[in-house]
Amino acid sequence: MATALRAIRGNVRQYGMIMALIFIMLLFQFLSDGILLKPLNITNLILQNSYILILAIGMLLVIITGHIDLSVGSVAAFVGAVSAIMMVNHQMPFPIAMVLSLLIGAAVGAWQGFWVAYVRIPSFIVTLAGMLLFRGLTMLVLDGKSVAPFSDGFRSMSTGFIPNLPGEWSLHMVTLAAGIVLSMLYVFMEWRARLVQKRYQFEVLAMPLYAAKLIAIVVVINLFTYVLASYKGLPNILVLLLALVAVYTFVMRKTIMGRHIYALGGNEKAAKLSGVKTKKVTFWVFVNMGVMAALAGLVFAARLNAATPKAGVNFELDAIAAVFIGGASASGGVGTVIGAIIGGLVMGVMNNGMSLIGLGIDYQQGIKGLVLLLAVAFDLYNKNKSS
Amino acid sequence: MRGGRQVRREIRPSYFEGLVTATMNDILEMRNITKTFPGVKALGNVNLKVKEGEIHALMGENGAGKSTLMKVLSGVYPHGSYEGDILFNGTVCEFRSIRHSEELGIVIIHQELALIPQLSIAENIFLGNEQAKRGIIDWNETTIRTRELLRKVGLSENPNTEAGSIGVGKQQLVEIAKALSKKVKLLILDEPTAALNEEDSENLLRLMLAFKEQGITSIIISHKLNEIMKVADSITILRDGHTIETLDVRADRITEERIIRGMVGRDLTHRYPEREPKIGGTLFEAKHWTVYHPLQSDRKVVDDVSFEVKRGEIVGIAGLMGAGRTELAMSIFGQAYGKRISGQLFKEGQELKLTDISQAIKAGIAYVTEDRKEYGLILMDDIKRNTTLANLKHISKWFVVDDNREVIEAEGFRSRMKIKTPSIHQKTGNLSGGNQQKVVLSKWMFTGPDLLILDEPTRGIDVGAKFEIYTIINELADQGKGILMISSELPELLGMCDRVYVMNEGRFTGVVPRSEASQEVLMKYMTSRG
Repeated sequence: MATALRAIRGNVRQYGMIMALIFIMLLFQFLSDGILLKPLNITNLILQNSYILILAIGMLLVIITGHIDLSVGSVAAFVGAVSAIMMVNHQMPFPIAMVLSLLIGAAVGAWQGFWVAYVRIPSFIVTLAGMLLFRGLTMLVLDGKSVAPFSDGFRSMSTGFIPNLPGEWSLHMVTLAAGIVLSMLYVFMEWRARLVQKRYQFEVLAMPLYAAKLIAIVVVINLFTYVLASYKGLPNILVLLLALVAVYTFVMRKTIMGRHIYALGGNEKAAKLSGVKTKKVTFWVFVNMGVMAALAGLVFAARLNAATPKAGVNFELDAIAAVFIGGASASGGVGTVIGAIIGGLVMGVMNNGMSLIGLGIDYQQGIKGLVLLLAVAFDLYNKNKSS
Repeated sequence: MRGGRQVRREIRPSYFEGLVTATMNDILEMRNITKTFPGVKALGNVNLKVKEGEIHALMGENGAGKSTLMKVLSGVYPHGSYEGDILFNGTVCEFRSIRHSEELGIVIIHQELALIPQLSIAENIFLGNEQAKRGIIDWNETTIRTRELLRKVGLSENPNTEAGSIGVGKQQLVEIAKALSKKVKLLILDEPTAALNEEDSENLLRLMLAFKEQGITSIIISHKLNEIMKVADSITILRDGHTIETLDVRADRITEERIIRGMVGRDLTHRYPEREPKIGGTLFEAKHWTVYHPLQSDRKVVDDVSFEVKRGEIVGIAGLMGAGRTELAMSIFGQAYGKRISGQLFKEGQELKLTDISQAIKAGIAYVTEDRKEYGLILMDDIKRNTTLANLKHISKWFVVDDNREVIEAEGFRSRMKIKTPSIHQKTGNLSGGNQQKVVLSKWMFTGPDLLILDEPTRGIDVGAKFEIYTIINELADQGKGILMISSELPELLGMCDRVYVMNEGRFTGVVPRSEASQEVLMKYMTSRG
């Protein structure tokens, strides 16, 4: 029990955010008379927030290095616009157009990364300029008009679902199967890690506690897929998101690159004197952000089935808020991918929940602002208490 | 400038008319000042008496407590944070802040200049003391008064010039003009010439003598003996936070040797672990190494320096603050400092071309910085992550870090280095200075270096931890590594090193083998020109 308490205390920020998310979900579930957790609404929630979550992952890396990117909304709009020109006006096949779009995103990121990392202009200014620049370019590319419609193949990325087994089923069987496979994978990996830790004679969680944790997570995974299966199944975009979360969690936690990003944000001078190529790392973090913004732009355009000059307005603010609510520090060096996702979900559930109960946009904005402030204040309070 | 007036030793202090007391002419008396920081007693019963109208030098090694004493005097450490009394003009003073002491005419000019480079000279001089009526600044008055003050310090600059655009010497004069604007009675200069060239230094010293004629009392902290001999009337020597003696320069016919003896005289028994040096072949060599300042493109920070380190040898670099030792070390370490670096580096006869830090690490060089909090550690990260940061590849496969091996490596260092902490998951920001330094040393030992450059390896560390660190350094040398140790503590260099190079103003002014080394010899080279 003592070890469990210590583990919880050590991760109070992460657990605190999960608790807050669960609390907010239950609150709106109650206030909305049970609509919030209906399969249809859960599916919508995922579709509505996918692009913010993608941006939040990229933004997390930027914020960990101690920078900020205000341009992502405009970059997303710009890439969406260019992709529309390629696909709608020039009938380019969508896989090629998507690859090209992501490359354009990388180029945009390289442009901003160059100014930030090598010329050492503060990222706030570089990306503020980028925000204006790419918004302008979006309007120029689109000539001020919306371009539509996209092909079904492209749209299915954002609005489609994974296919079901042939035949008539009351539930989406592939989704259920995916849940089971995912659970097995999770248990397998946890078990293997435990064995390795035991071999090295590290301290591990006591067996009953460990089993309880595994069971709880397996139940949550399968409940979730069950809910989705009783509507249309796993959305394609959720598969993409899960893959991104897995890859980025791995990169940030396990790889040298991830360590260097954290070290750079924690103390740039010390990192540099330890052989971290600080400029190069900063540059690539911005390139990555550009690619993620491009991806978000494509997802948004596909969901809207149009590229519009006003796409992506304020996306950057939602993404930044998600990262901070998720426990990242504005001075850099701290933050997790899961945290940013939870932060994004907190914002998403609140948006969705407040709309469900018919709260006006005026209240919604104000309440979201207060939640951001309180989340960060809570975080600081915890930090001061622990030190 | 005020003509080339010669420095005359026979100048007597000129006293103000109407002194409060006829018998006592001490403008300042500090009695039994004791100041403790957590874990360290910086000052213990220090006494200082300064006569009105004299130039009083405060001398002692780095860490002797000079700056601390002056911070007590000027109210940086407010009344209540220290014990003892300050008498100024015969009355007991309890300064709450710098402002408070400045109101009485005590002005301190710190080692690091405190001008705001973006503001003009005039704005800087009257910062916090704006020439204003009802909150509205009178710029004409400001400019006129600034001109007057600049004339007094012999500086012919436009008051509207940005302070950052003039040289360091002139900035120093602006600081002094700022002091004058506060109707200064007692001027405290903390190492005023440390960053100045010879001409600017001369100029400044002349100015101090001119102020003396006008009845301003000065306290000067300096390491430069020749300067002190030129201007000071009396000298108070501090050592390890205690007053050793006060010397009257004129009456007692004080020599430089006499001052050095006062500063360094202490016994050296059992502060350094025993070691039988096993010195091998030449490991590392630098030839004609020259480095320019990164911003001031014509200033050589390291000037044609050549040296060698053998395997198993501990080589010291002695020098005063600003001699260029850290700059030398960092420029070798993958050009982490400096511009237009020229010269050659050799490791076991092979020339090294190091253009960035990761190359230097790969070549087997490690640099343990003098400022572990700013440059050495990531304070928000734990011991484990700090230990492995510089050599993550060693515990990685395909760029993926093996967490379990990391824990084992870090645990290994924790027990070998005797890092006193409950776990390697402890944040380094919460560790004591000694333990932090051990983490930094672990980090660099983990890179498997052949040459370790240690920059002030025991700064700010208590005596017990110092001994442990010395033991580690000796072990590293016995493993056949080369150690290059920069230190401002002469006893440390004498106690640890097989050979000591002495650096002054960017040059090596001497090399002293252990058998011939003494503090007097080192001090002589440290202040001499190469």
